[in-house]
Amino acid sequence: MALTRLISPFSPDTARALHAGDQVLLSGRIVTARDQVHKYLASGGKPPVDLDGLVIYHCGPVTVRQGDTWRVTAAGPTTSMREEPYEARVIRTHHPGAIMGKGGMGEATRAALQSEGCVYLHLTGGAAAFIAGRIVAVEEVHLLEFGRPEAMWVLKVEDLPALVTMDAHGRSLHSDIEHASQDILQQLLNTPFSS
Amino acid sequence: MTNETHLLNSVTELMEKAGTMLPDDVHAALSRALEREPEGSFARDTLEMILQSARLSRERGLPLCQDTGVPLIIVRTFPGPAMFAVESAVREGLRRLTEKGILRQNCVDPVTGRNTGDNIGEHVPQIHFLPARGTTSIGVMFKGGGSENVSTQYALPHAGLGADRDLNGVRKCVLDAVFQAQGKGCSPGILGVCIGGDRASGYLIAKEALFRRLDEANPTPVLAELEEAVVEQANSLGIGPMGLGGSTTLLGARVASAGRHPACYFVTVSYSCWATRRARIELDDEGRISRWL
Repeated sequence: MALTRLISPFSPDTARALHAGDQVLLSGRIVTARDQVHKYLASGGKPPVDLDGLVIYHCGPVTVRQGDTWRVTAAGPTTSMREEPYEARVIRTHHPGAIMGKGGMGEATRAALQSEGCVYLHLTGGAAAFIAGRIVAVEEVHLLEFGRPEAMWVLKVEDLPALVTMDAHGRSLHSDIEHASQDILQQLLNTPFSS
Repeated sequence: MTNETHLLNSVTELMEKAGTMLPDDVHAALSRALEREPEGSFARDTLEMILQSARLSRERGLPLCQDTGVPLIIVRTFPGPAMFAVESAVREGLRRLTEKGILRQNCVDPVTGRNTGDNIGEHVPQIHFLPARGTTSIGVMFKGGGSENVSTQYALPHAGLGADRDLNGVRKCVLDAVFQAQGKGCSPGILGVCIGGDRASGYLIAKEALFRRLDEANPTPVLAELEEAVVEQANSLGIGPMGLGGSTTLLGARVASAGRHPACYFVTVSYSCWATRRARIELDDEGRISRWL
């Protein structure tokens, strides 16, 4: 299994070198963005930090204020599909290096990943304590008016394991599995249940 | 006579434990699932990650998931003034656990768009009081938003699924719900299902069904059989942990039923993520925890 070290931010060429099924160890600077931030960015809002090459993480962390800084106690991924109406526009406008979340995304995002040289990284949903342990610093927080879970957190991560499930070459493991399971579902619907 | 301090401590401990510790029956089911998935598969890697993160949460008292969910509180008690004390203990307990970083600020006012910041808001938390004789019990469930989003309700007959008003029709709806959810509800999931009821009661009864432990059999044999069939067939869909493929898509299904109107036949599926968070306690007369249920 290919294991690649990835430092965020990174270039479209780095993203294009990755393929669905590759495992990566992510380090560097990442930013969280979920529902409200995506709506804000897609409607032309100015990002408080330059997103070029950065990993945008679909996450609403649990945070505790500690003096002048913050501690993250849990930081697993949220369902990425909710950002599908906005993500292609965000990718084409701001050129992030990767989108990271869980559950995969749809056709519009897949097309944008391919045309812009970007990848989708998948994390295990609910692995909140493990992932929080790989966040070594909270660097900044912006857009707190959206509430703490929906603010834009700038985080420093070290050796965070992730899986490339949608690549810049048009492949999506999520849609492969969805299609295969649809065929099995059709067979099961035609099987009688008798008691 | 209930002591308000004891009660607040008991309710806070109940909610803290529910939010940070994976129930032992769910842990056991995940461990068994791990053994079934082949070495080196995404499914096995995912289950290993899940168990590792759940262990960290338990050892360090951290939230089991950053989505600390929406609280549902079920109180069984002899009707009386103690109900007011339980209500304030729940609200104060939620505030304290939010402050402490055990719960995320998960209540947004939909009209203003503002996060209330303390998990208290219009109709939040939902506390259901049921009259009971004998000792008082309190159950809490924190169910995440991702798994709420993939929960769904069908009205039978359903032409698209070829589902009639019978248990085979129920089976088809449940399988469709699992297919539609793919990995988005954080599989392997546990399903709470309500057959019948109305549009409102169906969702509540389906969710309450998730309180039944995975090692506790359905008292109605035909429903027990349906549960088993649904889990086996859902696991053959190949969706797997987090939707990355594999033979573990569901850890269990808990099916309940409720009387229906002759014109209505609803099948309600409450999808719970692997990080199912539920706990129940019994209280003594002074409001101390006498027993974990």
